[in-house]
Amino acid sequence: MINSNKFVSQTKFGKYGGQYVPETLIHALNELENEFFRIQKESQFQQELKDLLENYSGRPTPLTYAERLTKEIGGGKIYLKREDLNHTGAHKINNTLGQALLAKRMGKKKIVAETGAGQHGVASATAAALLGMECSVFMGAEDVKRQQLNVFRMELLGAKVIPVESGSKTLKDATNEAIRYWVTHVADTFYMIGSVVGPHPYPQIVKTFQRVIGDEARRQIMKVEGRLPDHVVACVGGGSNAIGIFTAFLHEPEVQLHGVEAGGVGSDPGEHAAALSFGRPGVLHGALSYLLQTEDGQIQPAHSISAGLDYPGVGPEHAYLKEQGAVRYTYASDKEALAALRLLSQKEGILPALESAHAIAEGIKIAAKAKKDDIIIICLSGRGDKDVETIKKAEEGKENAAN
Amino acid sequence: MQLIDQAFKQKKGIGIIPFIMAGDPKIEVTLDLLQLLDQQGAMAIELGVPYSDPLADGIVIQEAAERALKEGITLKQVLEITIAARQRGVKVPLLLCTYINPILQYGVASLFKEAKKAGINGLIIPDLPLEESEEFKEIAKEEELALVPLVAPTSPLKRIQQITASAQGFVYCVSTAGTTGIRGQFSDEVESFLEQVRKHSPVPIAIGFGISDPQHVLRFAPYADAAIIGSALVKQIAARKHRLCLPEERAKALEEISSWIGKFTSSHQE
Repeated sequence: MINSNKFVSQTKFGKYGGQYVPETLIHALNELENEFFRIQKESQFQQELKDLLENYSGRPTPLTYAERLTKEIGGGKIYLKREDLNHTGAHKINNTLGQALLAKRMGKKKIVAETGAGQHGVASATAAALLGMECSVFMGAEDVKRQQLNVFRMELLGAKVIPVESGSKTLKDATNEAIRYWVTHVADTFYMIGSVVGPHPYPQIVKTFQRVIGDEARRQIMKVEGRLPDHVVACVGGGSNAIGIFTAFLHEPEVQLHGVEAGGVGSDPGEHAAALSFGRPGVLHGALSYLLQTEDGQIQPAHSISAGLDYPGVGPEHAYLKEQGAVRYTYASDKEALAALRLLSQKEGILPALESAHAIAEGIKIAAKAKKDDIIIICLSGRGDKDVETIKKAEEGKENAAN
Repeated sequence: MQLIDQAFKQKKGIGIIPFIMAGDPKIEVTLDLLQLLDQQGAMAIELGVPYSDPLADGIVIQEAAERALKEGITLKQVLEITIAARQRGVKVPLLLCTYINPILQYGVASLFKEAKKAGINGLIIPDLPLEESEEFKEIAKEEELALVPLVAPTSPLKRIQQITASAQGFVYCVSTAGTTGIRGQFSDEVESFLEQVRKHSPVPIAIGFGISDPQHVLRFAPYADAAIIGSALVKQIAARKHRLCLPEERAKALEEISSWIGKFTSSHQE
């Protein structure tokens, strides 16, 4: 049994996490930690955040019974937690609204963020626009090329997008650059991290703002089914939607939790982004967790069809939950995710994000083996509109390969 | 460790501690550079271990790390370079400058042991703050290696006291909130920051980040025991990376670097 709340005032989850950052940042992290613990007890802050989540983002999000999908699979009952129905189309906004309010409370007027596909960048730019703050988003030059529309979206929202040319020019390098920028502008800038990664207290902060997903899902399933689910499934890149939905069920031994990483196209280095499945513990972006790395400790590039999962690390709490056996971690391939995406679209009229499609792929497998009255909740972390071009290219690629 | 303490005791004026990236552009060049810097009167040398994700570094050292990684340089090879340098008669204290992850993968205890054996005198780990350093300090003590801590202008006084209290070798004072890199100017507050660190530190103090001109060294000479020259030197090496790899041009390129660093090593005695 895991009571994750007992770690709230510590910097680590077991041995994972910590603050492996340059000395220049320690004072800022300590200030952030103090302010964060203060606002958790402050009813005015909680009220402001609740108001934004309800009246701006549209929470609570529904828990949808996927009736036709359930029939098609012919096993357990599949429910979808609809984070795709949030403002900006994914769970990311839960966190950026919370962090932007926190930044404002700390008197910071500038926000810096990293982004991979652009979802966290868009959510950051949105929260910054709403609260009247300046926003700079670092994005790998490769991702800028692949996600032109999201770059334009961020710019429309008033943010400045800075392409990152160093390293592999993807999310990990954008994160490096955001941290370097923060080191240099630490006096007036708030670093808005997008997942349950980074140095303490970020994994705690992001978890606190994302746990609303699981808290709602728990109330909703109790209301319609009168009992807890048997399985909860979520995709894991950095792992914020997963921590967000798992936290409400972590101390319930009858609920099995499943985290689904990106299996990409194979199990060799560079073919996947499954840090928990294929990686080893190491330090990246200020925290000790599982990483994709060489024998010598150099970080290896990840691959996934889903840009949001294309990250060589994972949040430190996931490393801890894996070690404790509290969550089962597995992976779904690019191909499985695409097939699940198509199935959900055609059976339910819901186009999931490619990230969420990994959770759907595993959720279907679990449902197929489950009894008729077993309950499976899948976290549908985002909608797939942003991925249409990638999906089209992947389908065309398949046709070309077949010809 | 004793070698570092001695070096500070024997110095006249402010000492110069150059930083070079091991294996940039090639292992043989690194060996030549170590010899050259020793002969030019460096008080100690920081030998950088290339890392794929150097958070504390600006673009110049990032690119040097990329070049070294392309050469396939590993932490083990950096120790081999150290052994070879010592065999060639390099006497100056050598400090390994590495991010934490390569050490964790090598194994903390075995790295410290083997580094000591190879002829390393101390370590600088930019992403290992006080909070995470307990185990490392103990092992460093056992192996008699100096674990040089960093203090920053953002470190509150109480932290400066905590960090310096257990410092060995020297304390690395970060001149400016930011990454490594060449800077044209420094804040007026650097001197008072250095005075504060010096007041509390039981060991000598060095200033680094941005020191790129002999004038900078002169300015900080009354306030620090040593100045670290990193990106500016790495840039000199990068500008000659092709010539340094050609046997017929290497000597001339080394000579140019030698006369460049000479302006720093002689400036403190003026």
